[in-house]
Amino acid sequence: MSIQDADSQADARAWLRTERTGRVLRLIAGGAWIVRDAARLDKLLADLRLDDAPEAVIDGSAVTQLDSSGGWLLVRTKRALEKAGKRVSSFTLPEVYSPLIDTIEKEHTAPPVVLEKRHGLMPLLDRIGRSTVETGRQGYRMLGYLGRFTIEFMEAMLLPRSNLRIAALIHQVEEVGINALPIVGLLGFLIGIVMAYQGADQLRRFGAEIFTINLLGVGILRELGGLVTAIIIAGRSGSAFTAQIGTMRVNEEIDALQTIGINTFDVLVLPRVLGLLIALPFLTFYADVMAMIGGAVMCYFDLGITIPAFMRQLHEAVSMNTFLVGIIKAPVFAIVIGLVGCFEGLQVERNAASVGRLTTRSVVESVFLVIVLDAGFSILFSILKI
Amino acid sequence: MTGKNEKEVVIKVRGLVNQFGSDIIHDHLDLDVYRGEVLGVVGGSGAGKSVLLRTIIGLNKAREGTVEVFGEDPAPHRERPENSVQTRWGVLFQEGALFSSQTVAENIQVPLREYTKMSQELMNEVTSMKLSMVGLPEDAARKYPSELSGGMKKRAGLARALAADPEIVFLDEPTAGLDPISANQFDELVKDLQKSLNLTVFMVTHDLDTLKATTDRIAVLVNRKIKVGTIAELRKDPDPWIQEYFSGARGRAALDG
Repeated sequence: MSIQDADSQADARAWLRTERTGRVLRLIAGGAWIVRDAARLDKLLADLRLDDAPEAVIDGSAVTQLDSSGGWLLVRTKRALEKAGKRVSSFTLPEVYSPLIDTIEKEHTAPPVVLEKRHGLMPLLDRIGRSTVETGRQGYRMLGYLGRFTIEFMEAMLLPRSNLRIAALIHQVEEVGINALPIVGLLGFLIGIVMAYQGADQLRRFGAEIFTINLLGVGILRELGGLVTAIIIAGRSGSAFTAQIGTMRVNEEIDALQTIGINTFDVLVLPRVLGLLIALPFLTFYADVMAMIGGAVMCYFDLGITIPAFMRQLHEAVSMNTFLVGIIKAPVFAIVIGLVGCFEGLQVERNAASVGRLTTRSVVESVFLVIVLDAGFSILFSILKI
Repeated sequence: MTGKNEKEVVIKVRGLVNQFGSDIIHDHLDLDVYRGEVLGVVGGSGAGKSVLLRTIIGLNKAREGTVEVFGEDPAPHRERPENSVQTRWGVLFQEGALFSSQTVAENIQVPLREYTKMSQELMNEVTSMKLSMVGLPEDAARKYPSELSGGMKKRAGLARALAADPEIVFLDEPTAGLDPISANQFDELVKDLQKSLNLTVFMVTHDLDTLKATTDRIAVLVNRKIKVGTIAELRKDPDPWIQEYFSGARGRAALDG
């Protein structure tokens, strides 16, 4: 009985053969026992039939090359033979490999590693359980954070000189407000065009094209202007807050601030949230104006309504109240976006992967909260009959 | 393997020039690394130790000159040919560079999965063997990199570098940030593994103890050039930086002690 690989013509390739002489089973190995061939050798060894011989000999003197994987396969075979109750009377290899075999034999007695299961029912239940608990904790931490913010905010307002970093605040207003003007303006303009076009298309059937302007005025000023601006800013600035603060956390900069005795809330959170609080209403107003311009352009080209006629109709359709209802939501959105962005940034752990994960979470959470709050406002206003 | 009488050159650098902007880092360097030796690379901050390492492993494109590893260009391939240099070396980065979304065991199995057709069982056995070789406890296998200490990260990184039984190992500051006891253990480990696996080791380090304990030869990067020799040879070199390095207070304490 001999197992020899049929296509082992090159003598460099590893081979294995068994011989039975009397009471002794001889395993004869040769060639290159290296990692690239390990899969094949593993199969050869698995197919090895151990007969009833009480004694075994492993003869590797024909081995021409050996690395740790090959060495392990031989050591493993030896251990398996011993476990099967055979006496391994000799285990020979060329002299050069004895340090390697010694290292493996002496130091390695641990069982194979067990990989975590990622699929199946139990891991799924495990993940569901963990994320439920995590969501609860997240809510708890957010509440605590909201309380902290309220206190710090009040202090900053009442004793501005002690807490508020004016330079940082101005920098943030520039960063989240002025630098966002191009994108907010462009998107506002396009939304105006789209609304006017769709509205005109539908209302034309009733011969009521002129009411496109009412639709535009009320729709944009009350709802869409503020909502779209808030969503853009959540994606643009909320994510930036999380990434900036998160990177500082990975870099231990926040720990450094704390050891110097600086209140991290003052230097990191307040300027960002207040900057957004100042900038977002202006951005919303700007988006409203740009959307009206977009709508007017569309009305002029699509419906032939001149700009003065557009202005007259708009003046009739909307009141100051319509605009105020839209703009009053902006500060609330600003606080939500700013708080979520900074909060998630502070949650970052000391590894790079968590910056990415929490930035994603920050954007999703702030967009979600903005839309939920907007719906809440709608209900509130309808109850108040505004 | 040790029976090889002629020294086989495994890394061959010729006329290497590296330049960032107007900053010349390397000015026509030549370097040979022989099979089975441990080469330490030292030099002041900004002398281009890491740049040299990155150039040799193909992560940095040289301005001029050639680098050959096993006679091959080490630049990363879009498609990896059979038996390319990437399958024949292992790299330990300074902070370990473990994949953070995977456990230590999964990290070690990445090269095995890529280069071999081993069964999952055999991979698990080999992983366990590598862990004990680098001196990590069994329970480290299931941990994520963020749960490891700095020294354990280095050991895990070394286990990954050794996973597919490479012929050359590149170590970037392997003992930086380790306490002296861990650093000593790491030196021992590198020496043992080098001996038992007959590795060629290319090591960037600042640690004089490590240099003394592990290296056969040392390459000093100084004034954009490289000087290679044993410690004894280099101590006779008249260059002021080399004199200061080996014969300053720290150098004497480490090397004469």
